[in-house]
Amino acid sequence: MSRDAALVSADWVEQHLDDPSVVLIEVDEDTTAYDKGHIRNAIKLDWKKDLQDPVRRDFVDKQQFEQLLSSRGVSNDHTVVLYGGNNNWFAAYAYWYFKLYGHRDVRLLDGGRKKWELDSRELVEAVPEREPTNYVASDPDLSIRAFRDEAVAAIGTKNLVDVRSPDEYAGRLLAPAHLPQESAQRAGHIPTAVNVPWSKAANEDGTFKSDEELRKIYTEAGVDFSKDTVAYCRIGERSSHTWFVLHELLDQPNVKNYDGSWTEYGSLVGVPISVGDEPGSAQ
Amino acid sequence: MSADGCGAPVGGADLAGVDLASQAVITGVVRKDDKPVSGAYVRLLDRSGEFAAEVPTGDDGVFRFFASTGTWTVRALAPGNVTAERAVQADVGSVAEVELVLA
Repeated sequence: MSRDAALVSADWVEQHLDDPSVVLIEVDEDTTAYDKGHIRNAIKLDWKKDLQDPVRRDFVDKQQFEQLLSSRGVSNDHTVVLYGGNNNWFAAYAYWYFKLYGHRDVRLLDGGRKKWELDSRELVEAVPEREPTNYVASDPDLSIRAFRDEAVAAIGTKNLVDVRSPDEYAGRLLAPAHLPQESAQRAGHIPTAVNVPWSKAANEDGTFKSDEELRKIYTEAGVDFSKDTVAYCRIGERSSHTWFVLHELLDQPNVKNYDGSWTEYGSLVGVPISVGDEPGSAQ
Repeated sequence: MSADGCGAPVGGADLAGVDLASQAVITGVVRKDDKPVSGAYVRLLDRSGEFAAEVPTGDDGVFRFFASTGTWTVRALAPGNVTAERAVQADVGSVAEVELVLA
């Protein structure tokens, strides 16, 4: 992967609004934004209703993913371009799914919905109709997904990158500050994890920083590019954003997103936790 | 709020059902020429200037954050690269109000 293959600009999207080989998909947690206006010809995916299993804490399986994309008119040959609110968090999460299930050509709109809005580009309410397809997904590529045991095993051995805000990392906050603070889990971070907030990778308009700037940010924070990496946040979407940066933009080979993230780790019995601004030790 | 969401709704999360005694709320309105501004992006920055959260404003121009006790900065970004910024003190158990006026 590289920037050219993984990312498209707003200008590129404007030039491909009527391109039949391209499917634009807005991905949000709250899809009322799509309903009030979206990029012309874009369809929507609801992060929770469409992409999460309704009962278990997991995302849709291969068959559910195939049914979803078939019913929405997405085929294996389409170039899928994802965008959304919250600085593309949920779009990056969906991007990671599409990669996990083997979609050949998927890209992220640089800057997402925010950049599009700040540019005052056109948004429409008309919902496109698409013919159903027969989408075939691959078996999940678990080389990009970490589970809790891998997160524990990574302590002191792999790069652990906690992409939450400094206050969440230190344990002073339990959720991003646009949400009421909850108390279900213990506060803090996985010992030896460095804190590189996802936001360091983005400019204020939501676009990604240059490869050179990105490499410098992670290196200076203590990420060793010769080691494997596990990224996590609170529920796995902000860390998808960082997974995208490390794996897709910077071309790092072994990067996994731990989607269980802090809401799982911080609820586990007996695992080590570090509190405060320092990574902490492996003991 | 639960583990199944992390996104920022327009204006910020609803106060309904939230125990305000345990929260350090920062709220306010983005205005230009005395009128509320919709479609602005308001971010909350911590004492080191690092991003903590961001919400888009709705028709009423309102934004809302759930911080912790301390000094924070709220910063609005609107189309045309127009910005406004203010420092604000938050405390658990109280609601800090701040107005951002775009030039």
